[in-house]
Amino acid sequence: MKTLLLSLAAAASLTVPALAQDVLVINNGRVVTNTDRGIIQSGTVVIRDGAIVSVGEPIEFEAEDVRVIDAQGGWITPGLFHPHTELGLIEVGAEGSTRDDAASESHFTAAIDVADGFNPAGTHIDEARSEGITRFAVFPSTGSAIIAGRGGLASSTGEPGSLFATRRFMLIDLSDSGASTAGGSRSASWAFLRAAIEDARFYPGRFMAHHEGDAIDRYDAAALAPVVRGEIPLVMMMDRASDIARALDFNAAYPTIRIIIAGAAEAHLMAEELAEADIPVIYDPMRNLPDSFDTLASTNEGASILHDAGVRTAYTTVGSDLYFNPRLLTQHAGIAVAHGAEWSEAFRAITLTPAQIFGVGDQYGALAPGYAGDVVVWNGDPLEVMSAPTSVIIGGEIQSLETRQTRLRDRYAEVVREGGAAYRH
Amino acid sequence: MSIDFKTLGASIAALAALGLAGCSSGADDGGETEERGSSGETEVVRYDANPFPSTYTPFESGVTLIQGATVFDGVGGEFANTDILVENGRISAIGQGLEAPEGATIIDGAGRYVTPGVIDIHSHLGVYPSPSVNAHNDGNEVTGPVTAEVWAEHGVWPQDPGFDTALAAGVTTLHVLPGSANLFGGRGVTLRNVPSRTVQGMKFPDAPYTLKMACGENPKRVYGGRGQAPGSRMGNFAGYREAWQEAVEYRRAWNEYWEAAEAGEDVSPPRRNLELDTLMGVLDGEILVQMHCYRADEMAQVMDMADEFGYQVTTFHHAVEAYKIPDLLADHGACAAVWADWGGFKMEAYDSIPENLALTDAGGACAMIHSDSDLGIQRLNHEVAKALSDGRAMGLEISDAHAVSWFTSRPAQALGIDDQTGSIEEGKRADIVIWSGHPFSSYTLADQVFIDGALMFDRADPERRTIRDFMLGQPGEGDY
Repeated sequence: MKTLLLSLAAAASLTVPALAQDVLVINNGRVVTNTDRGIIQSGTVVIRDGAIVSVGEPIEFEAEDVRVIDAQGGWITPGLFHPHTELGLIEVGAEGSTRDDAASESHFTAAIDVADGFNPAGTHIDEARSEGITRFAVFPSTGSAIIAGRGGLASSTGEPGSLFATRRFMLIDLSDSGASTAGGSRSASWAFLRAAIEDARFYPGRFMAHHEGDAIDRYDAAALAPVVRGEIPLVMMMDRASDIARALDFNAAYPTIRIIIAGAAEAHLMAEELAEADIPVIYDPMRNLPDSFDTLASTNEGASILHDAGVRTAYTTVGSDLYFNPRLLTQHAGIAVAHGAEWSEAFRAITLTPAQIFGVGDQYGALAPGYAGDVVVWNGDPLEVMSAPTSVIIGGEIQSLETRQTRLRDRYAEVVREGGAAYRH
Repeated sequence: MSIDFKTLGASIAALAALGLAGCSSGADDGGETEERGSSGETEVVRYDANPFPSTYTPFESGVTLIQGATVFDGVGGEFANTDILVENGRISAIGQGLEAPEGATIIDGAGRYVTPGVIDIHSHLGVYPSPSVNAHNDGNEVTGPVTAEVWAEHGVWPQDPGFDTALAAGVTTLHVLPGSANLFGGRGVTLRNVPSRTVQGMKFPDAPYTLKMACGENPKRVYGGRGQAPGSRMGNFAGYREAWQEAVEYRRAWNEYWEAAEAGEDVSPPRRNLELDTLMGVLDGEILVQMHCYRADEMAQVMDMADEFGYQVTTFHHAVEAYKIPDLLADHGACAAVWADWGGFKMEAYDSIPENLALTDAGGACAMIHSDSDLGIQRLNHEVAKALSDGRAMGLEISDAHAVSWFTSRPAQALGIDDQTGSIEEGKRADIVIWSGHPFSSYTLADQVFIDGALMFDRADPERRTIRDFMLGQPGEGDY
């Protein structure tokens, strides 16, 4: 409490208006900290210059000196961090001209970088933001090869420069679809991966005389080298337990390579081993059907099994989609809770854990001094399907909750015969 | 005067199979026809409209009394601390402090909620089953744009594990449709969500047949991509109208034939056409049109076309832009079955808004939820909850009880089975879900699911959960 009062005092003492505008107080709500302070039943979060400076009990303050958001007894949480999206890469799924997620005709693999195609003006980013997502990972999709390229991390402000970290991870598809891409079998996928790793390991030496490596070209090998050196993680798309077992073997053979498993429908069958190896998973609690022979064991109980085993687990929305409905992340987390996961584990799986998996867990995903001012105020428990954000703050800036969809809603809120609605905007 | 083609044929089949008369609603017509047929005079040719009759038999049920639950009756009522008595597979009483008949199973409903069984009006379970391997693609007859002659029930695999997970989510009745590749995709089938060796064993007795039609991008993409009609929305309408015109002429030919044959004239019947049989059933009002259509402007043109040929669109499915035309839908009497918040996957789904259901409902049209998904069907209560809260957030006044109708009585109406199910009212089939909490909470699950009074799923009892053949001996057997 002392910290908070001190910082508030500091804020109140700022008499220069320009500086005072940089203080934002979010008051009077149930604060989920995602730290060892747990949940503060009625608390306050103070943001200054874009970062959180204090989190604590409610206090009195001089309203003129600071901007204040009254949570009105709702919930105050860290902004959601979606670990697995194609936001900004796809506007309309069926229209290739609006997609930059995959390049099926390209011969490039690891060199592909989503930063080149990411469009912060994509309307689905606004929709994700209005549902409380403040940060997200941007994934490429596989095209001509199982190595899809490099992903980045973005905020959902929708502004230029919102892709704040590029080339942060490499994606490879080692599932049944990857097997098909690689030539027809899992064995071909793994042979390709191992050969590509060797190409990258001996880059640039083995390319001195010629351009081609065993699996990938010089330019791709250069892009894959940071994976081999352990500088960025390798995200492996896979579902089947036996594939995860191979990933564990791979991890043992290449201990410097950091692995993340995404998809992971049968990960709960390998939960102990994944926890032992400290390999994180990106997992969808919604998937519970044998939609392929890779996911026979998938179950809604999977998330709670992974948490209980101590696997670092972040949730995704692959069962809905990754470009229009990442906004349903809280609903997916609610499914995990309904099927046995602890609320705190489930909430962490859509906030702090994803940030940690991508190496930014010291900046995003918690409410503590020093963290970015990414805060969402909700009118109820954020994992309840009937709750919604009332305020979304990113980097200390209050965000618009208006979207193309709210514009349509407002235009058609009342029936207007014939063309009259077109004048309503 | 139209002839009741379907009911007539169904009655003949029933009479032949059972040797009974007077046991079904169409028995009078049927009896008359049989008399004429057996008297040896003019043989009037009429085809059996129900050659794959339902063999569904309710599972064994006893007398059950659910006590002290909060009951949503599915037709706008919410009743606290209320009892429901189930006898002979039907709801026999609703009220407070009901007496437990001797031998009744008593279920404590305190703190729990009861709704009618969930009904999904748009499912592809069975025709696009899990696992979704190539061999299982039985939902689209993509060999021609007009395939009104194919029937979804001939593609339904009753061993789809998706039926099990849907049951665990409270789904007691579902309507399985052909896909949307074709202008006329074929007939849909309404199923009881029970395990069965056969599709006939799941068919909802006496549920009307339906016809799946599709607007927009899918047909023109599938066929236009092959250099074949339709290649545009213009081609779509030309294709529909040509088929309807044929159906009008086919129906005229049959009616002329029946009139003459019944007058004792020596006439030959028209040549039977399975495609046009289905369309004639629509023109006769016996087969309900369930049409995939996203855009407001397209729905408006389809409704004009329906007027042109004299039929009714029962439900527009997906209807992503229904919120733009609730008045037009209401004028035509067409319902809209929608998602809570899916969209963006193609241009015609681009104007999806989460308020669609609530706004369409508020505009006076008949609106409801649907899934079109083996995952979505497992949480239609939550999908409705989202639609409800988004509606309220824009200022619409909607009660919880009214919103419950969006996954119960509304789809029952749009499938023509609301006299049987979709509400908790005396005399209705005892299709009931007991929820662990409020059905609009994320944390609520279906605890117990009854179909015709029989307990089909019990979350607390591992024995009382269905496991389709496919999952036997597989990893994850029995894990939903």
